[in-house]
Amino acid sequence: MSTQSAYHIPHGSHWPIVATLALFVLFGGAAVALNGLGLGTFLMGIGVAVLVYMFVGWFGTVIDESRAGLHNKQVDVSYRWGMSWFIFSEVMFFACFFGALFYARLFSVPWLGGAGTGYATHELLWSDFQAVWPLLKPPDTGLFQEAKGTIAVWQVPVLNTVVLVSSSVTIYFAHEALRRDQRTRLRNWLLVTVLLGFTFVGLQATEYVHAYQELGLTLNSGVFGAVFFMLTGFHGCHVIIGALILTVILLRCVKGHFSPNHHFAFEAAAWYWHFVDIVWICVMLFAYIL
Amino acid sequence: MHDAAVITGAHEEHHAEHPSGLKRWLFTTNHKDIGTMYLVFALAMFFVGGSMILVNRAELWEPGLQLVDPQVFNMLTTMHALVMIFGVLMPAAVGFANWMIPMMVGAPDMALPRMNNLSFWLLPFAFVLLLGTMLMPGGGPAGGWTMYPPLMLQTGAALPFVIFAVHIMGVSSVLGAINIIATILNMRAPGMTFMKLPLFVWTWLITAFLLIATMPVLAGAVTMLLTDKYFGTSFFNAAGGGDPILFQHVFWFFGHPEVYVLILPAFGIVSQILPAFSRKPLFGYTSMVYATAAIAFLSFFVWAHHMFTVGMPLAGELFFMYATMSIAVPTGVKVFNWMATMWRGSLSFETPMLFAVSFVLLFTIGGLSGLMLAITAVDFQYHDTYFVVAHFHYVLVTGTLFGLMGGAYFWLPKWTGHMYDERLGQLHFWLSVISVNVLFFPQHFLGLAGMPRRIPDYATQFTEFNQISTIGGMVFGASQLIFLYVVYKCIRGGARADDRVWEGATGLEWTLSSPPPYHSFTSAPEVR
Repeated sequence: MSTQSAYHIPHGSHWPIVATLALFVLFGGAAVALNGLGLGTFLMGIGVAVLVYMFVGWFGTVIDESRAGLHNKQVDVSYRWGMSWFIFSEVMFFACFFGALFYARLFSVPWLGGAGTGYATHELLWSDFQAVWPLLKPPDTGLFQEAKGTIAVWQVPVLNTVVLVSSSVTIYFAHEALRRDQRTRLRNWLLVTVLLGFTFVGLQATEYVHAYQELGLTLNSGVFGAVFFMLTGFHGCHVIIGALILTVILLRCVKGHFSPNHHFAFEAAAWYWHFVDIVWICVMLFAYIL
Repeated sequence: MHDAAVITGAHEEHHAEHPSGLKRWLFTTNHKDIGTMYLVFALAMFFVGGSMILVNRAELWEPGLQLVDPQVFNMLTTMHALVMIFGVLMPAAVGFANWMIPMMVGAPDMALPRMNNLSFWLLPFAFVLLLGTMLMPGGGPAGGWTMYPPLMLQTGAALPFVIFAVHIMGVSSVLGAINIIATILNMRAPGMTFMKLPLFVWTWLITAFLLIATMPVLAGAVTMLLTDKYFGTSFFNAAGGGDPILFQHVFWFFGHPEVYVLILPAFGIVSQILPAFSRKPLFGYTSMVYATAAIAFLSFFVWAHHMFTVGMPLAGELFFMYATMSIAVPTGVKVFNWMATMWRGSLSFETPMLFAVSFVLLFTIGGLSGLMLAITAVDFQYHDTYFVVAHFHYVLVTGTLFGLMGGAYFWLPKWTGHMYDERLGQLHFWLSVISVNVLFFPQHFLGLAGMPRRIPDYATQFTEFNQISTIGGMVFGASQLIFLYVVYKCIRGGARADDRVWEGATGLEWTLSSPPPYHSFTSAPEVR
């Protein structure tokens, strides 16, 4: 509940409408591109450029306001609620794809293999189909290609898990350093976190090349490949976004922003990073190990 | 509960920033301006979506194909639903939230005013993408608003536009919902404890939670449609180990909470109107809050009642039947409380009250037909018939839309500072309430007799009821023009409304002037 005597009301801003236009051009361009027109890619490029311009401008304005001391306790709490619920929406987005994974694994693949009431389905549609998980050989190998294998868990994926989990620890160290106003330690730990983040992305990229070129495990190799690449792909996008956010935070640290008791942007980035980490652990568990 | 609210804080004009012209609307961070834009957008879309379905009702005047070919008929049906849900009912409810929540909790504005602007402006652009598809080769989406694969995947060039439009609407809804939650949790005036919040604020708090929990799931579902069509995935294709029914599960995991997103704000509005015109406090405030929360909680466990006929294990059919029926308990609590609020009150029947009373009666009809549909065994007969159409139109038109209409009449004097034309309001109400029943009640009979929905042609024995329904539809559609005129007239002028407007109205918003100052409460009022 508010205990403030005066409120901070931001003045009008042109950034939201710029953001709207950027998303409109980006999504509209993507739709045009999916219809096979080269113009679409061009539009997407413009959309992304405007989006970047908008982020720089909008967040720049907010940073200036914050550094001018306009953000009181109440604004800070609003931002905290905003970020928390945003992360919750992201959780539900990933929950959707985990749901698809569980459904394929527990229901659709076994039913196609004849389990439960699927006997007739199995006999009439693809009677030589073997229901196994992870599914490498889809029922119709004419439409969907068969994969040779899955990614070996106990090599790069485990290494990547170590990389991402330790980056969650290093960002905690950076946060502790910020709270104690130890600027050099803050910078170093944050730099380590960013490097670990990009290392994860790099390793993941080599895994994708390996899966596509050597294993034949692709988006097109049946429901396992589809759900595997959607989960790891959306997770990878989130790691890239998180690492970019942390890079910006690092640059702000270098410029001397943030004080031991006023640094919500740092905390929001850290929350996001921990969230990305937890999603990875679930991906690791359900898309790789089990 | 907040009758005793005594206001101390002053609310004079504060850093007066009144941009004018187009800039005011494009750059605004003001909750009232944004609320107005939401409401105007919703009203415009209401006529767009309404006209679409009137074409179809005209086509259904007699058997055979007269006006439109089946593809266009299906496209108009699909678009009508998408426009009415995402372009009318949701934006209108968000418009009410924007206008009323800061005033009701004693705040100057929403918690995140710039994001508020973004939430609104995304919508018209999303609708440019969506409505633009109707002009594309192959036409707009015609697979129904539920977008079931594999049918939906046969959409032509329009498909990615529709999917991205849904994505942008989803972003808009989630950002709007985050803003509303942050406002309610963080912007309340001192002394405005949770159990003093007006019920409209409570219902929106819970609605916003539902939106944040389910819109991302819809985004995921349509993303899978997109990748199935363009990137070779097989989520919904058995040839790759997937299942089209997976889409239905994911969609309705969003879709069922979504229907509570549509109805809960209307519950809130009606819970504000009934006490005001009964001149009594709301009966059972606490139980109303808990019933709303219970409905929202249960809404996550009932989704498969939309899919009884697709082939589910028996245990699933039974679970979803009983879970669905259990929602009748908290809903019954609400209907009981509304009636008990009116019981022995000193009632008067101005237009808002007329809409609220008819809401209670007609929404209950929709609720009871919902209970019939929840019975798995008989749903095998009702599924995909006009009975379902009648059911959800009783819930969404005489439920949600009537709640919103009542809210508009209730608060228009507060917003504009002028009383609306009561005589025209009454005319609008009576024409609407009669025609809407002529429109939808016969559809129950059509459905029970076996007329399938989403079909442009039908067997001759259904002709009479279809004609009755079409007459009702035309009159209902025309009656809404009266509402348009009432709103226009009220904005332009009329008798001055005083601050309280209605003698039985209670709450912080009525302590502000009519129309209220640009920033509602520039210093926090104290609520005791």
